[in-house]
Amino acid sequence: MAGLWVLGEVTADGTLARISTEVATLARTLAEASGQEVAGVVVAADPTAAATELATYLPRVLAVSEPAAADRPWSMVAAERIAGLLEPDTKEFMFVGAGPDGRDVAGALSATLGWGVLANALGATWASGGPVVEMSVFGGKLTTTSRFTGPTGIVTIRPNVVTAAPSKAAGSVEVVEAIGGDLRQPAVRVAERVVEAGTAAPIEEARVIVAGGRGVGGPEGFRLVEQIAEALGGAVGATRAAVDSGWIPYGQQIGQTGKIVKPELYLALGISGAIQHKVGMQTAATIVAVNRDPDAPIADFADLVVIGDLFEVGPALLAELRARSG
Amino acid sequence: MHIVVLVKPVPDTASSGERLGPDGRLDRAAVPAVVNANDEYALEAALKLVEAHGGEVTIVSMATAGATDTMRKALAMGATRGVLVTDDALAGADHVTTVKVLAAALSGLEYDLVLAGADTSDGQGGVVGAGVAVLTGLPYLSYAAKIEPDPDARQVRVRRISPTGYDVLEAALPALVVCTQALGEPRYPSLKGIMAARSKEIVTRSLADLGIEAGSVGGAVATTALVGSEAPPPRAATRVVREAPDAAAREIVAFLAERRII
Repeated sequence: MAGLWVLGEVTADGTLARISTEVATLARTLAEASGQEVAGVVVAADPTAAATELATYLPRVLAVSEPAAADRPWSMVAAERIAGLLEPDTKEFMFVGAGPDGRDVAGALSATLGWGVLANALGATWASGGPVVEMSVFGGKLTTTSRFTGPTGIVTIRPNVVTAAPSKAAGSVEVVEAIGGDLRQPAVRVAERVVEAGTAAPIEEARVIVAGGRGVGGPEGFRLVEQIAEALGGAVGATRAAVDSGWIPYGQQIGQTGKIVKPELYLALGISGAIQHKVGMQTAATIVAVNRDPDAPIADFADLVVIGDLFEVGPALLAELRARSG
Repeated sequence: MHIVVLVKPVPDTASSGERLGPDGRLDRAAVPAVVNANDEYALEAALKLVEAHGGEVTIVSMATAGATDTMRKALAMGATRGVLVTDDALAGADHVTTVKVLAAALSGLEYDLVLAGADTSDGQGGVVGAGVAVLTGLPYLSYAAKIEPDPDARQVRVRRISPTGYDVLEAALPALVVCTQALGEPRYPSLKGIMAARSKEIVTRSLADLGIEAGSVGGAVATTALVGSEAPPPRAATRVVREAPDAAAREIVAFLAERRII
């Protein structure tokens, strides 16, 4: 069996999640550096499409067909089937995305197998027979590197820290029918899958994020944030204050209790930059802020800060951007 | 309804004192502890559920002996009692130990629901809830935006946030639910709550009390080890623009073009 494993996450329409292409790229790079074998695994009611896509990144992919994944939450079913594939006592490391599903799988696998977890990797190298993983802890105040003490472990990898690149040649897909008998974990039934109209694209994956905070003033103010995001081809983000006020859905929240993002541009509108928000966006390549208060914390860590009223600067910016794109 | 909420005392993010001691572990004397923010959302959800259905909320923490001060903040919000698992042998605990100990602590309690936060602000692993569900054999329902238990039918319905909307999940009680902020803002403790918390019970449990051998958990058997740590590189100096709106907007656009973002 392989020394390095990649979890292939499947989206609602059966395709491979973008995070898995990034995870696969990192694991393949480590495999090439260490001479380890690397393989992917996709568990789904119909894993074929996602497995085929994952095989463009990896030499070998196991497609595990598991009917229970159709009407149970995916992560626990996947974790149980993957645990059945891994061989205890051999050198094996599992790489998964640090999104909600990846974390669920990592947690379940860790408890089932007794494997350690190094969480939210920013990158990894190979040394002394295992991965050495770089992580950001305490809200980004410290960067640590850690290793596993034994021959096994699970690494969760943050979205957007690796640039996905397919391999030179596509790998093989092996279809595995059923493994491991009955599922042991008690059943959770998916009674209904609700698609909400206008659900925003996942902000973790966005190249540009335009975010609004308390200074936006209300849901109407977010119209301006949305328009600027649209003009920049970006996604809309928000602070906890804006979300708790009900101005914008929780899925768009960035910060300590929301998402951690790493876009190329983070445009902060009416955001003071309190530490709880800063921890979610401080690794953005470029940070631009518009704020009335010159003493707001964001003025200390943005690359460019405009001191002014966002309802004056924002429309002017929108006009400039629209004029530029013609 | 009896609800257990897993609560972790964490270093206060708003302080800037987090540093590692010579042993590579958090120097707890250097920074004040608070209740992990995501756990406050789980606790708030639990308090609302017992207000609607009747019952009690027990908070369970694995932490150092001094954590009772932080746990009292959670009791002040309205939790009924606390259970603190503390033992010198737990120093340097990794995720595997944490999950094992929390699962063992639960086995001595009666509950209909176990609630946990989505992750913690210090390590942000977000893997403990799923692990505890596996070891306790509880149905696992994660990323909840809504929790609707039916104690008579011994069922729970949970709205799980999905990338395109939400899934409605159903499972039998008892179950473990990982909570999100979408459940609603945590209350501030009232003065009455703070006073009442002083006399609320916090039961302390050692590893021996839980039937766990000291050598089987903690730093001695940690699955991960720190290799090194450093402060991240500081960001470059900030350029401050104080022009009128039109000129400021042009400056932003020029800056973005300079950096090839547009």
